[in-house]
Amino acid sequence: MKYEVKLCEIIKKAEPVPGIFDVTVRAGEIAQAARPGQFAHLLVPGKTLRRPISICEIDKGTSTLRFVFQIRGEGTQRLSEFAAGDCYDILGPLGNGFDLGDTSRRALFIGGGIGVPPLLEAAKAFGKNATAVLGFRNAAAVILQEDFEKYGCKTLLATDDGSAGFHGLVTDCMKDEPADVIFACGPAPMLKAVCAAAAQRGIPCQISLEERMACGVGACLGCACRLRRKDGTEYYGHVCKDGPVFNYQTVVWEG
Amino acid sequence: MADMKVKIAGVEFENPLIAASGTFGFGHEYAQFYPLSTLGGISCKGLTLKERAGNPPPRIAETPGGMLNAVGLQNPGVDYFIAEELPWLREQSTRIIANIAGNTPEEYCEMAEKLSDTQVDMIELNISCPNVKQGGVQFGTTCTGVEGITSAVRRHCTKPLMVKLSPNVSDIGEIAAAAESGGADAISMINTLTGMRIDIHTRRPIIHNNTGGLSGPALLPIAVRMVWQAANRVKIPIVGMGGISKWQDAVELLLAGASALQIGTVFFSNPYAPVEILKGLQEYLDRAGLHSVTELTGQIRPY
Repeated sequence: MKYEVKLCEIIKKAEPVPGIFDVTVRAGEIAQAARPGQFAHLLVPGKTLRRPISICEIDKGTSTLRFVFQIRGEGTQRLSEFAAGDCYDILGPLGNGFDLGDTSRRALFIGGGIGVPPLLEAAKAFGKNATAVLGFRNAAAVILQEDFEKYGCKTLLATDDGSAGFHGLVTDCMKDEPADVIFACGPAPMLKAVCAAAAQRGIPCQISLEERMACGVGACLGCACRLRRKDGTEYYGHVCKDGPVFNYQTVVWEG
Repeated sequence: MADMKVKIAGVEFENPLIAASGTFGFGHEYAQFYPLSTLGGISCKGLTLKERAGNPPPRIAETPGGMLNAVGLQNPGVDYFIAEELPWLREQSTRIIANIAGNTPEEYCEMAEKLSDTQVDMIELNISCPNVKQGGVQFGTTCTGVEGITSAVRRHCTKPLMVKLSPNVSDIGEIAAAAESGGADAISMINTLTGMRIDIHTRRPIIHNNTGGLSGPALLPIAVRMVWQAANRVKIPIVGMGGISKWQDAVELLLAGASALQIGTVFFSNPYAPVEILKGLQEYLDRAGLHSVTELTGQIRPY
């Protein structure tokens, strides 16, 4: 694996939903090397730790990367204050990304809230063979719907209050959607339910996880997640290097 | 150009910067950024006699000027290290330090014996990990504990022996003296300071272990003070660490009495830190007209 640290100029920035930022940067070799589902580690000036931000879109033609992230604390707050023309200090691309396999299969993309952005680049590869089921709190929180539609994906919304699309959980909304493979990212309870559905339907499923992270490259062993080996024994793997994307059968849900 | 070589307990390092244990794994990840020979040495991830799974997540919390960690000594065990990691590390043209932590004095001694039969350059005795119930710090916070474990391991260790001290003590000078009288060839200091953060919304500690070890820039003044106090008490060389993020910090710790340095947390924000710190240090030495980095050690002019 090859990493780069690079100053990446912000060429576009928007705030589609209050507190969620949509930022495109010129990323040179990082964009050339990036794969769907990988992440980048962004330096926050004055902070000890970088912030892992999932890659939403990769444009190899323009060598740009798109990030869509939510303010979750002081670090992401600071990252949201960068303006077009400023540069992010980016370490990346990191992690394993999604294993897309045969993109002529019917793929189901299940995203919850800020777990939606990491799915877009992979969904793009499947185009009209993809169905995206995207869950949000309400209509005002919806992001990236047009983007999935633009790339030909059948796009269904589910909201907690029914103010847009299906009234209820993504796992109920996805029930009747045919699929050969599932890709999912979102809050742990949602992922757990998606994994249960995948197991019940016997469909392979890849999920993208997050954890508090330090080095981002697999050296410090900070971002541990409980995993299961083929022989059933369990161990702590690491989201940054073994993930962030995991075969759902290897993940042990804790707590 | 000033000479950057330093000699610690008979081991010559090409330069005084050593990667601190636990921040650098076994070197593979940062070898993607630069040749590991950029560093004077690598103190490898802390080893235990048997493989250790480590603590449940979350293991990390950011703090003002630093971070807490409670990884809990996750490692594949000393035998795996010797068989699978050491041969590759040995080819990297840098000094290799094995960091060991035990549950009992016998475990420390057994690991020291195993490693004495290998090509490691030095053994670092970790008696200061704050994140496991057993595994070091119970030996590291009293003078009798430090002297006892050091002298026990000394009898089983034919490699140069460095003892890594905990800052979670009331008199660091006494502790350093105890390591010296136990037979340590060198001291490394300081390990992390025990800390805690609480999520004010859930009212739960951010780290699953409840407490964790504080590292990062916040530690620098404590490290400088403690290295200075220890240097006033012992004759054996001190490898200083704690919050180094730039060359000026490195100079401070050398002036306080360190003969070499370890860096760690800074890798997480800036993987290239050692390259930048060495460049700044070299330029500082040249501007000062010094011939060797060793001329800085202990050259503080205290009031």
